[in-house]
Amino acid sequence: MSTFCLDEDQRQIQESMHRFAVDVMRPIARDCDEEASLPEDFLARAWDLGIGASSVPECFGGYATPRSALNNAIMTEELAYGDLGLACAVLAPQLCVLPLLEMGSVAQQERYLPPFCGESYVAGSLALMERRVGFDPSDLRTTAIRRGGTYVIDGTKCLVPLMRHSPALIVVVSEVTGGGIPGCAAFIVEPTARGVTIEGPEKNMGLSALATYSVRFEGCEVPAENRLGAFDYNRLLALGRIGLAAGAVGVATAVKDYSIAYAKERPAFGYPIATRQTIAFMLADMAIEVDSCRMLTWKAAWAADRGDNPQRLAFLAKGYAAEQSFRIADAGVSILGGHGLIREHPVEMWFRNARAFCMLEGLLMV
Amino acid sequence: MIRFDKPERITAVSDMLHGMVTDIVRPIARYYDDHEHERPRELEAFGPIMQAGLGGGGKRGKKEKKELKPTDDRIGANAMAVAAVEELAWGDVGLMLAMPGGGLGNAAVDAVATDEQYVRFGRKYCAMAITEPGCGSDASAVSTTAVPDGDAYILNGEKIFVTDGDRCEAVVVWATLDKSQGRAAIKSFVVEKGTPGLRVEKLEKKCGIRASDTATLVLEDCRIPRDNLLGDPEILPEGGFKGVMQTFDNTRPLVAAMALGCARAAYEYTLQALAREGITVRYDRPPLERRVVEQELLWMETQLEVMRLHVERSAWMADNSRPNNLEASMAKAKAGKAGNLIVQKCVELLGSLGYSREELLEKWMRDNKVNDIYEGTQQIQMLVIARRILEYGRDMLS
Repeated sequence: MSTFCLDEDQRQIQESMHRFAVDVMRPIARDCDEEASLPEDFLARAWDLGIGASSVPECFGGYATPRSALNNAIMTEELAYGDLGLACAVLAPQLCVLPLLEMGSVAQQERYLPPFCGESYVAGSLALMERRVGFDPSDLRTTAIRRGGTYVIDGTKCLVPLMRHSPALIVVVSEVTGGGIPGCAAFIVEPTARGVTIEGPEKNMGLSALATYSVRFEGCEVPAENRLGAFDYNRLLALGRIGLAAGAVGVATAVKDYSIAYAKERPAFGYPIATRQTIAFMLADMAIEVDSCRMLTWKAAWAADRGDNPQRLAFLAKGYAAEQSFRIADAGVSILGGHGLIREHPVEMWFRNARAFCMLEGLLMV
Repeated sequence: MIRFDKPERITAVSDMLHGMVTDIVRPIARYYDDHEHERPRELEAFGPIMQAGLGGGGKRGKKEKKELKPTDDRIGANAMAVAAVEELAWGDVGLMLAMPGGGLGNAAVDAVATDEQYVRFGRKYCAMAITEPGCGSDASAVSTTAVPDGDAYILNGEKIFVTDGDRCEAVVVWATLDKSQGRAAIKSFVVEKGTPGLRVEKLEKKCGIRASDTATLVLEDCRIPRDNLLGDPEILPEGGFKGVMQTFDNTRPLVAAMALGCARAAYEYTLQALAREGITVRYDRPPLERRVVEQELLWMETQLEVMRLHVERSAWMADNSRPNNLEASMAKAKAGKAGNLIVQKCVELLGSLGYSREELLEKWMRDNKVNDIYEGTQQIQMLVIARRILEYGRDMLS
């Protein structure tokens, strides 16, 4: 039986992140999208939130705040409410930090965690997706083959974020052809390693503020000690899906709030359009489904925190939030009518951004 | 704290009810669907459970107005009630409604009765009579009249679609003290069965929930004691009608839980039938490789999760004295709609097996439709939700 009361920490996270989203992210979101840029001063302000170092143990320079997927989901939602692309940049350190914390060896943590606790912004990056129709995360075509004390990685990844800002990249590969999820492994690769070619930034329909790259591995030799020994791919996917679901809730909430305010202002036939049931019911439906997605996301995150297997709930939450957030964004554009398609109202941008959730894996992590 | 696990005591009740409905209710469900208006005799075992607190009807503690604290976070009677209702509705929605003591009128009595009234009516099996031939969703258009006469009110009018109207012991009747004063003059009155001037005019023949009686009641110079009026007898410009409408904040989560239980029954049945044909959901396959039927099952699984979350949230709010008007309507709107889409899709997926009256699935489709209609239709819920999120009153959105 569920209870839905945020604790003191969660309320504080929600409020502070919401303020950051509204005060810092919203004012620059459109320009960042237009110019495909991530302003350094924005990244500096984001760094002050301390997200990268938050759950890193003190011995590596972090704050040792207990990890909570649920708290991270609450944070992710609020930041995505500001802007999805910028939120991915703010949260990018998590893409390396969280897998290292859960699945890395002490030696790997010693080597790779301290940069995330430094003075200035660094991103983390995860190379998971591959560009093909019907991409299946259990059937990766990027391979790693053992050769003595090293592994040789070959293949091409797409949608790899912030390669220019990342001291480390986690690459998910297949070690056993046709081995499915158990046959996959993950390696820590430095972006400057030989055999790594970074192409891009990619051009995508949305998320323009976030630089993502196509990364080609050609005979890239990685020392065996860079293999994540305790790699749990199912868990990584689940934590990624919860993160994306939370992001989708943030975008959907942004659309809902904006559409409500717009519909109460915009007159047609002498009255605000919100006074018409056709519009009012669209808004009501948005409100129901935003809550549906949020509750399902929280439930999945709660399961992950409890040590239950969150796989099923994370899968359902991500699928549903992806579907509903885009449906809501689409309805938002419809409510604004022609104005919804003009690149002045943010709804136009949210419409493009929300479509990303249907194909993304591993761009956000809780 | 945010948590989604069931406490032991709720799991224990759910498990017990699951066993009871499996043994007692499911085996007789078809019979009472075929024998409409025959009163089920097998449900006595459920009497004490219904009395103990579904939809009111139970012991109630001192009603104290609690200060709302943001940290209030208990799991209480409402959480227990929705869990129990889900299980009973999983057994059978119609027979659940036929269980003595579970009348929706009890929710109204529980919500607004004075202590003295509670002693008189709290243990009675109470039906609720709102709808009339001329008004349904617009409850403010009630034209049944209540006229003060000495120490009595005299009621006149016709009420239709009264759930449990025949088998109940008392009816909570909505009537107007003065039609010209609109919704403010609408009050609810307890009319006990056997009161001269109250008669059951007819029993409806229905699409589903046939085990539950749905009656037309006629009130003809029906004289009831003056203190049978529930709530404030004054005609206040605002607030009085809102008070009666607040009953729905308690009953809507229950109806949503009924839709959840019925839809879950259909989903589980369909899952098993498909599994016998070797069809199961391959969660690990990418969407492009899944069959349409797998996608449908995944969709249902998600909907059921979401329905449950909405139901549990609205009950949790009620348990912690948080105003839940918006969330109760969300639960009802979501569960009402998704529940029907699920049972209807299940019938479609199973083809002739789904359509056959040899099995219960077709019955569940007929039974469940009403869960999206009574206690406020889908469209009325959307209206409530829209007004809340837009901060509009009736004047701005109707």
